[in-house]
Amino acid sequence: MSNIDSIRHVRGESLFIDDVIAPEGVLYGYIFYSPIAHGKILKINLSDALKSEGVHGIFTAKDIPGENQIGGIIPDENLFAEDTVHFIGHPIAMVVADTFLYAHDAVKKIKGDFKKLPAVFDARKAAKKNQLIIPPRIFEMGNVEQAWNNCDYIVEDTVESGGQEHLYLETQGSLAIPVEGGGIKIISATQGPTAVQRTVARVLGLPMHKIEVDVARLGGGFGGKEDQATPWAVMAALAAFKLNVPVKLVLPRQEDIRITGKRHPYSSDFKIGLNKEGKILAYEVTFYQNAGAAADLSPAILDRTLFHCTNSYFIPNVKATALSCRTNLPPFTAFRGFGGPQGMFVIESAIYKAAQVMGIDPSVIQKKNLLSEGNEFPYGQKTVQPHAEKCFYEIETRFDKNEIYRNVKEFNANNKLVKKGVAVMPVCFGISFTTTFLNQASAFVHIYTDGSVNISTAAVEMGQGVNAKLRIIAAKSLSINEDRIKIDSTNTSRISNTSPTAASKGADLNGFAIIDACKILTERLRHVAAEELKAGNASQIEIRNEIIYQNEMKTDLPFDQLIQIAYRKRISLTAQAHHSTPDIYFDTSINKGKPFSYHVYGTAIVEVTLDCLRGTYQFDSIKVVHDIGGSIDKVVDLGQTEGGIAQGIGWMTMEELIWNDEGKLLTDALSTYKVPDIHFVPKEIKVHFLENAPNPFGPLNSKAVGEPPFMYGIGAYFALLNAMRAFKPNLKIKFSAPLTPEKVLMSLYG
Amino acid sequence: MLEFILNDQLVKTSVLPTTVLLDFIRREKKLTGTKEGCREGDCGACTVLIGEVIQRKVGYKSVNSCLMPIGDVHGKHVVTVEGINNTVLTPVQEAMVNEGGTQCGFCTPGFIVSMTGYFLNHEKFDLHEAVEYLGGNICRCTGYAGIKRAAENANELLANNNSELETNLENLVSYKFVPPYFLNIKKRLQSIPARKTLVKSKTIISGGTDLFVQKWEELVRSDANLISADKKLTGITKTKNRIRIGAATTIEEIKNSKILNKTIPHWAEYLDLFGSLPIRNRATIGGNIVNASPIADMVNLALALDATVHLSDGKKKREIPLKNFYKGYKTLNKKQNEILETVSFQLPAKNFLFNFEKVSKRTYLDIASVNSSIYLEQRKGKISVVHISAGGVAPIPLYLTKTCKYLNSKPIKTETICNAASIALKEISPISDARGSAEYKRLLLRQLLYAHFIKLFPEQMEVSDSPEGWEKLI
Repeated sequence: MSNIDSIRHVRGESLFIDDVIAPEGVLYGYIFYSPIAHGKILKINLSDALKSEGVHGIFTAKDIPGENQIGGIIPDENLFAEDTVHFIGHPIAMVVADTFLYAHDAVKKIKGDFKKLPAVFDARKAAKKNQLIIPPRIFEMGNVEQAWNNCDYIVEDTVESGGQEHLYLETQGSLAIPVEGGGIKIISATQGPTAVQRTVARVLGLPMHKIEVDVARLGGGFGGKEDQATPWAVMAALAAFKLNVPVKLVLPRQEDIRITGKRHPYSSDFKIGLNKEGKILAYEVTFYQNAGAAADLSPAILDRTLFHCTNSYFIPNVKATALSCRTNLPPFTAFRGFGGPQGMFVIESAIYKAAQVMGIDPSVIQKKNLLSEGNEFPYGQKTVQPHAEKCFYEIETRFDKNEIYRNVKEFNANNKLVKKGVAVMPVCFGISFTTTFLNQASAFVHIYTDGSVNISTAAVEMGQGVNAKLRIIAAKSLSINEDRIKIDSTNTSRISNTSPTAASKGADLNGFAIIDACKILTERLRHVAAEELKAGNASQIEIRNEIIYQNEMKTDLPFDQLIQIAYRKRISLTAQAHHSTPDIYFDTSINKGKPFSYHVYGTAIVEVTLDCLRGTYQFDSIKVVHDIGGSIDKVVDLGQTEGGIAQGIGWMTMEELIWNDEGKLLTDALSTYKVPDIHFVPKEIKVHFLENAPNPFGPLNSKAVGEPPFMYGIGAYFALLNAMRAFKPNLKIKFSAPLTPEKVLMSLYG
Repeated sequence: MLEFILNDQLVKTSVLPTTVLLDFIRREKKLTGTKEGCREGDCGACTVLIGEVIQRKVGYKSVNSCLMPIGDVHGKHVVTVEGINNTVLTPVQEAMVNEGGTQCGFCTPGFIVSMTGYFLNHEKFDLHEAVEYLGGNICRCTGYAGIKRAAENANELLANNNSELETNLENLVSYKFVPPYFLNIKKRLQSIPARKTLVKSKTIISGGTDLFVQKWEELVRSDANLISADKKLTGITKTKNRIRIGAATTIEEIKNSKILNKTIPHWAEYLDLFGSLPIRNRATIGGNIVNASPIADMVNLALALDATVHLSDGKKKREIPLKNFYKGYKTLNKKQNEILETVSFQLPAKNFLFNFEKVSKRTYLDIASVNSSIYLEQRKGKISVVHISAGGVAPIPLYLTKTCKYLNSKPIKTETICNAASIALKEISPISDARGSAEYKRLLLRQLLYAHFIKLFPEQMEVSDSPEGWEKLI
């Protein structure tokens, strides 16, 4: 397998935004932002900054020719603050200068006067003040009120989960270049090229056709560049438009962490009811989502929390309420899992607490309630070929779950100050944008006269390997060698109206579009070949591994020669196809429908060793059975699974966002915000892809892989809790992630 | 004029010596394979190798080019990913491709450089050591599993190597780990004239690993006295009863020092917890001391060794016990014109005991929430000498004077240790910050003090197997 992107990566030849050789005369931007969390802008004095060396201009809300509006779902977010600032980091102005240092110096000379207003940082407090982004959302199935009466056990508690910084290695950035006719070309590191195009057009007051957005690749996205790559592209475009020179804006790391949104912190209340056998009969949950200062993607993320609030389990009676609460923190945004992980952490906490009350292992309850064929989710969709049980059973057999549990028990009996913990984590994740209309994509396939192929789609490569997968899909569809095929950059002039590359859906949507476009081309080529080979009917013709076959017999006609012939016969060697996911819908008035084309399943078992004297821990292993369908590219799929796991464990353990009382982020650098390093990740990560489980709804029978493995990391939390309880059996359990060494030690001894 | 070899090319430049190497590589030389990820030495995307002639061969060290003043590469070989590239993929690169060690690609060149650096320095493969070489590189995509597999795979080639070639470098060239031009580097480096007089400036930069984080925007536009190449200030020597460490000696040199490892058991293990390899390759003991961070690991160790700092203003020299060097938060008992030249400590007595404890959110490449070191001697079953330090619990790196005084001439008993811990908690004044709440730091210091004695006196300490048991003991 030769992944052309990987080869360039390891040679350092892949170009990221700051690597692209900028045109002569390029200027550099630097942002001036609000130092307070909420307040009125009394005065912004730019005069000293304007006189600063090398400065070409300073741009604020007043300089915007179109609309000062960047909100995607709800128009509630300004590009630059006008009279009020809503969070620390709220952009107010951008300086443009000859060099980065000049721009940096000038920003230091901007003086702002503000009048502080009361600020809220807590979701529940915001909810009390009725600061909601949208009205509460409620998913309901069965009747919880009646069901409580049938329960032998009813357990309630509160669950907190922290936010998470994306920490894509490439910070946000873009390069805007004026082009003739008053347009702008933008090289952007965005997951949503059309969002950038649309927003630049709106802010500059131009038609979208004047804006071209080109994306070669992203140095990591994870959702952080779905909506929030837009402002920086728009700012660079604004300055480039006004000054008629190229402008580059790349955020320094610390600014990126301070200003940009992260995974939403959630605070939730649950009530769960079970019968004596451990069957879950009812589940009621309320989620308080901390949305930050603007809607961003919060409403959609809120919905996905509800969609995944019962994880891998069938629960007949459910009432789930979700509130998106407006606070004075930077707008929180998409992050791998898109609200799903927050919902799943709550149901797993509920099961854990119920198990504790019942005196059994949580895995007993997990196993008893796994989804099976035809079960209904709270949103009305029914399962089709669910692999929840299959994956769970395979964990038991392939990785000998009982043996692991026995070993842990024995270890704990023999060790005083070091304890082990183990937990099982099933995952079920729905695939499709839950905003149904986004489930569309298109592909443009050109075959050139030398037989090389160039493909454009809406998919953005950000390390998830979508280009490698699309190349394989195209090669299989045309039955030619992969090395003929290039996957081109994502460009709004080549592909219009792109949906963001998100929801794990990039390879699915764009892969299907490629298959359709290749079908059109193959059909044309078969007709050409039939004529050339004097076959009566094109149905006798087939292209197989670069050679034309007639009636199952190999001919002397190779693919490139056929292309030449087709060209001379004036047959179009370009095809475009549009794909939209069939048979999905969702009625938001009743919150029922079939929002997902399919679900991904899997189960993980996690082991941890806890130093009970110091509160530190090391994960020994994570073993996973994961439902991948028919894998298109095993290297890519394994990498996505392993990487998701590490990020998920990070979210549950060490990745901690700390704001002070003023709403200032204290963990705003890599020295204070810690993500897993090579030492921290589990010593052993074993991934087994479920065999013989082709997916009829994915290209080449594959399944999406980007997000689901992230949630295996949730198991780390409960493994750790178990290790803590082995040391302190009467531990007062508090569900509050991340479970940092600090929290561990404080709850062991506090 | 600065002169060095960048990959295969001789570079002569008159940029300011404080110019950040990363910026020079990327902006002047347009070698964009080296990435800017954080500009604080915490991600490794900008890792390059620095080669210099040491003992008749070129030794390569990985450094964070974002924290490296270009003046310090004079006469050296700077290797970026472009300088590793061959006509075909190197075994390291190929393994990274095949094992899924790269996804988005942004951190990848840093990993390639670090991993190649590992092979340049090791003839026998050991996964643990390889992981240490990669400890300064953060990847957000892969979960490191593919990267570890790649390191093992690249090694397989060498493991099966039966070649007769004399040096590791020749081997690596023949296996295409590095291009052939590496063979001539030694000669070429030797022909670069030594740099003439150093700039005399009030700003003194040693390793620069903290200064370039704090204020690179200022430094790159100012003169500075780069002292890390000053031979007078480096090196570790042992006299009859003292060990002396030059202030500009790097932490990695201190970690690997034969003298120190022979003197203090587990010394290298303790220093593994200091920053990352690229940081240790640049950071110096002097920098760590004058930077005056309350949680400096090296200072913490040195306090427990009851070290002395030797200062000089060029004419007069004076020495002060390290524990009296700190007057308050980031304020030193040092005059503006004085420079820290040497750190020294008395050779430990026979049968001394020593331990270092550090807890941080992430075990490696992280700053301690709390750290503590202990030095202890016993005579006739009683403590005769004891020095304990505590970091992260006061405005300065703390020497626990009262605690040590209490412990002196006491036998090791659980009750005594618990009392000592209570005294320690009265000596400290932690604040809540990004590394933990004040309450946590108090609790953690207590635990680390227990940990010292549990580790050093496993027989004498009653170890309780529950927190309640601990509470009872106290």
